[in-house]
Amino acid sequence: MSEPHSTYETLRHFADSWGLVMLTVTFLVLVLWPFRPGARSANQAAKTMIFKDDGDGE
Amino acid sequence: MESVVSRSGWWLAALFISTVAMAKAIDWGFAVHMGIFALAALIGLVISLRTTDFHAAARGILRLPDDQTRYDDDLIRFGVIATVFWGMAGFLVGLVIALQLTFPVLNLGLEWTSFGRLRPLHTSAVIFAFGGSALIATSFYVVQRTCRARLAFPGLARFVFWGYQLFIVLAASGYLLGISQGKEYAEPEWYVDLWLTIVWLAYLAVFVGTLVKRTEPHIYVANWFYLSFILTVAMLHVVNNMNVPVSLFGSKSYPLWAGVQGALVQWWYGHNAVGFFLTAGFLAMMYYFVPKQAQRPVYSYRLSILHFWSLIFLYIWAGPHHLHYTALPDWAQTLGMVFSVMLWMPSWGGMINGLMTLNGAWDKVRTDPIIRMMVLALAFYGMSTFEGPMMSVKSVNSLSHYTDWTIGHVHSGALGWNGMITFSCIYFLVPRLWGRERLYSLRMVNWHFWLATLGIVFYASSMWVAGITQGLMWREYGADGYLVNSFVETVAALHPMYLLRAFGGGLFLIGAGVMTYNVWQTIAGRLRDELPLYQPKHDPAADRPLTAVPAE
Repeated sequence: MSEPHSTYETLRHFADSWGLVMLTVTFLVLVLWPFRPGARSANQAAKTMIFKDDGDGE
Repeated sequence: MESVVSRSGWWLAALFISTVAMAKAIDWGFAVHMGIFALAALIGLVISLRTTDFHAAARGILRLPDDQTRYDDDLIRFGVIATVFWGMAGFLVGLVIALQLTFPVLNLGLEWTSFGRLRPLHTSAVIFAFGGSALIATSFYVVQRTCRARLAFPGLARFVFWGYQLFIVLAASGYLLGISQGKEYAEPEWYVDLWLTIVWLAYLAVFVGTLVKRTEPHIYVANWFYLSFILTVAMLHVVNNMNVPVSLFGSKSYPLWAGVQGALVQWWYGHNAVGFFLTAGFLAMMYYFVPKQAQRPVYSYRLSILHFWSLIFLYIWAGPHHLHYTALPDWAQTLGMVFSVMLWMPSWGGMINGLMTLNGAWDKVRTDPIIRMMVLALAFYGMSTFEGPMMSVKSVNSLSHYTDWTIGHVHSGALGWNGMITFSCIYFLVPRLWGRERLYSLRMVNWHFWLATLGIVFYASSMWVAGITQGLMWREYGADGYLVNSFVETVAALHPMYLLRAFGGGLFLIGAGVMTYNVWQTIAGRLRDELPLYQPKHDPAADRPLTAVPAE
């Protein structure tokens, strides 16, 4: 592997390593965020907010 | 006064530019399209010079309520009417081309009415005209209600709606004239693509502007889905339509990417059009209108966030499954397959989330035909997001690809999921938007439900049989190592299935016709004199105390 890497190989290597780690960590943080302790009341408020406007704006 | 002058100046400039372009056109189709642009500018000019008259006339004809609520709803009313109109047009063309496949004589021997030109007319009419108008209308409705704010940039919002309708007219007329890039779901040529880009960025500005001026601290999850739909479609559209026109006054252009790179970009676009236009956008409808109609909050808000991010992170990689066994590198095909299979889980998470919203109120499926439609839509969402990953597995794909199974899969998703959720949203919206007590007839909703359901069953099952027959016949080798069937033999074998498919499509169209009548009458302010769908029976004979029987 003494020959210089092509752009394709450089990008491919990045995608297989740090790119993959970055995307996985970002994904896990975003998905697990609403499951954090103490989020229960925020979730409850968020899911019932659509009923505060029951007159449909009349 | 000054604004009227400057506005009509802009319209006059647009009229001038499009007329010059029409005169200098190097092909006939481009001249027709510039003529349509000029006509639109002329209409805009006349309306901007005589605002009050036309607005009052429109209010009278469309029975728009006079008392404005604190939300900007006129555009949404136009959007609902456009959705119903384009739906009928798109379903009708669909039936015509289904019959053309069954009886080729219906191509009429004319280039303008041949299957090859009517087919993109059908797909664009149902996806972009029917689906797109529904998405624009419902997104403007939902974003105002959940942000508790009036639509930002009302003038720009009007440009978005009418500009999008102009895009539809240009796309549809272009297909009949033979103007096409030849890319599935991205057929319009370069100048129509540029027009849609402008309209779409204005759409993004109106949507984000409304989010910014919200008075609610939290952005409800439906808006996350709408925003991802708007942003991703902008990105997909721009990248897939990087074309160089042959002439600035001609309709023909060539893409920057050639060969397998072009194919990959096209299917990265094509599959994400399914993922973000037909899935994320319609899931946004689901997350607002299903809880509203059921009058219960969504089953789990956490699951809806999980659903959202999983779709965003997984869908974008699934495109290569459209290119199995092609020149695309094997690793890219496998990547597309693996991500498609992984998509199954969040999709079913979302389906379960929608269905479980009815937990504790399942009786509404029996008593409320609109809820029943929503439940069927979710069931079809679940079914087609299971079928899709299965078909993306290479070994299944070697049987299913290029056969009618794919057409059946697309239609169980489009008719079952997109169609049914859109119909239920229309039924939800019309009485509210026109200030009616209820729909003209709930029994007609019931009729629509069963006509459409039966139509989908005929459509999907006939295409399963047709597709598997076709796949097996294509791959059948004899003892001598030659293919057993010629192509035309496989076509002849499918004829009865094509008839059944057209019958199913006909039922679906009749159902939509019932909806059109129902919506029409509701807007006109009539209430059908009818028995309620369900009411407890009263038996006067049994409604008395037990008579004491004297002891013997």
